[in-house]
Amino acid sequence: MDGQDKVEVSRRTLLGAAAFAGVFGAVLASVPAQAEEAGVTTGPAPDLSALPRKRVELLKPPFVHPHEQIATVGPQVVEFQLVIEEKQLVIDEYGTTVPAMTFNGSVPGPLMVVHQDDYVELTLVNPDTNTMQHNIDFHAATGALGGGGLTLINPGEQVKLRFKATRPGVFVYHCAPGGPMIPWHVVSGMNGAIMVLPRDGLKDGAGKPLKYDYVYYVGEQDFYVPKDADGNFKTYESAGDGYADMLEVMKTLTPTHEVFNGAVGALTGENAMTANVGETVLIVHSQANRDTRPHLIGGHGDHVWATGKFNNPPQIDLETWHIPGGCAGAALYTFLQPGVYAYVNHNLIEAVELGATAHFKVGGEWNDDLMTQVQAPTPIDG
Amino acid sequence: MTHTVAHQDKTALLVPIVLLAGLLATIAMQTGAIRPPVVTTSSLAPVTVTIAPRAYSYRAPGEFVRGTATVDGPLVTVDNPAPIEIMKYQVSASDYDRCVAYGACKKAEPRRRGLIDVPVTGVSFNDANEYAKWLSEKTGQTWRLPTIGEWAFAAGSKARDHALDIETKDPAERWLAFYEREAKLGANALATPSPIGTFGENEYGVVDLAETVWEWTATCGSRTTLGQADETLTYLDSCGVRLLEGRHRTPMNAFVRDAQGGGCTIGAPPDNLGFRLVREREWWRAPLDYAVGLLTKATSN
Repeated sequence: MDGQDKVEVSRRTLLGAAAFAGVFGAVLASVPAQAEEAGVTTGPAPDLSALPRKRVELLKPPFVHPHEQIATVGPQVVEFQLVIEEKQLVIDEYGTTVPAMTFNGSVPGPLMVVHQDDYVELTLVNPDTNTMQHNIDFHAATGALGGGGLTLINPGEQVKLRFKATRPGVFVYHCAPGGPMIPWHVVSGMNGAIMVLPRDGLKDGAGKPLKYDYVYYVGEQDFYVPKDADGNFKTYESAGDGYADMLEVMKTLTPTHEVFNGAVGALTGENAMTANVGETVLIVHSQANRDTRPHLIGGHGDHVWATGKFNNPPQIDLETWHIPGGCAGAALYTFLQPGVYAYVNHNLIEAVELGATAHFKVGGEWNDDLMTQVQAPTPIDG
Repeated sequence: MTHTVAHQDKTALLVPIVLLAGLLATIAMQTGAIRPPVVTTSSLAPVTVTIAPRAYSYRAPGEFVRGTATVDGPLVTVDNPAPIEIMKYQVSASDYDRCVAYGACKKAEPRRRGLIDVPVTGVSFNDANEYAKWLSEKTGQTWRLPTIGEWAFAAGSKARDHALDIETKDPAERWLAFYEREAKLGANALATPSPIGTFGENEYGVVDLAETVWEWTATCGSRTTLGQADETLTYLDSCGVRLLEGRHRTPMNAFVRDAQGGGCTIGAPPDNLGFRLVREREWWRAPLDYAVGLLTKATSN
């Protein structure tokens, strides 16, 4: 368990650093000038007792908890809770199962939304029904391996982490309990995203405000399910039982499944996302491990932050955008035409054969100006 | 075997008729068309059900277009169909494997594996045809896939009408209705093939219709352009595509063994692809039925 040793080392280092900061805190606090220029205060945690606190109940993706797009109050402490659940998940229409690891029972974990300069206060719970150590690394957080170094907990434990959301954007969070455990936990489902909105909301490159009617969270997941000698997917009673076999498949870098929201078809049919013509949808898309290239078939990306960070001007009028592995992206689109849209990873083999397809059902009036079938299919003339 | 028993009954019943219609019977016997009711050593001859003539109707197969609008096909009514003899059960995985073992069929590729005696799944139209050919050789009978009309005839109340009853220039409207209907039909758990007989029989004794295993038919994909009075303006078929029947009717490339959704494929693909066959009636059956009909009429009068 080299990796866990490494984490232990990191924790010790961090504890050392904390002690150092404690001793020299007064000194550090007296010279914050340079850091403050970057909007960062060094030194001990400020007194947050004066800040308002808010507790948010998280929703199962693709849905996102209610939130303000433009903050109407100042920075606050936003409390979330994630309960880790090791559980069997059915990941395709053939009944293939994986012994998954999840935040709050879903793959991906829920999307959290705060504003820049809010404090995220997360209670991470690892119930004693689980069998493994887990933690959480927030790409939105600064220091201690994104919080991973401060949140490693055993079954039966809980931990509370607070970090300041200093940079606006959509960011991945994931479990990172050290060494080979890291990719294994991530590709077993332990990842999600947080959206840190600018306090005054989203803007285009010219500073014009951008708003959305709905936000949907699509978490893309690569699974690596081992097969038996006959080519059938194997099942395992627990994650640990499947570990060695799965590692071999992982090392091929070839997923057996590439899915949205935990299973083939999780966002199609009766679970398809919905909108109406004239409505604007923000699609937050994360892939904690592997590159992806979202594409809305029959639509576009009006404003796209492919790498998800809102202080960069969004790209406009995109057909397909690239989200590198370990990153979340956000795309804003106003539907102009009714019908069924497929939202896919436009590696079409991954979309169709491996499962990375979602659907939007869009109501409204057809616009003949934008498209019309001039002649229906008919036998070729002459 | 119901198949054999049916012959026995009919043969018994036919004796006086055969005597009366001597010429017909002699020809029939000489050509070997009527087999003595021997017990087949191989249990290859499938159990069948004979569907007696009755008036029935079904939605015409293929795509229909009026102007630029996709519309429902017309309802086809058949007043006096010939009887058909169709397999009571879908072809089983074990029966299909015998054809594979014989070297006449390609291995089925089921993605969902059921337990015990399940219908064969993971077979293409081409595979089903190979099986029919092999079974015909082995039994000395003629076996083939049913047409869409024959399937509806045998399926009776299990056959669904696929009309959406939406004719509009807005392409999205019909599309959304189609999508929603198929989503409901496809939302049926994991659809692992169940053992043969699980879903019971319809009013004619045909088993496991329109459940987790869709059935290949012989009917080609096609497009028909209709005029304002429903007259056919153009018709073009496309036999690389064949129609499947089951919980919904759907076209499929003839070589496909496993239908899959995703990408631009909007709608719910069939869960599993399998088939059942009809036995072609011998040439002498139609006149014989006619004679029996006349005789029955005469005696009942």
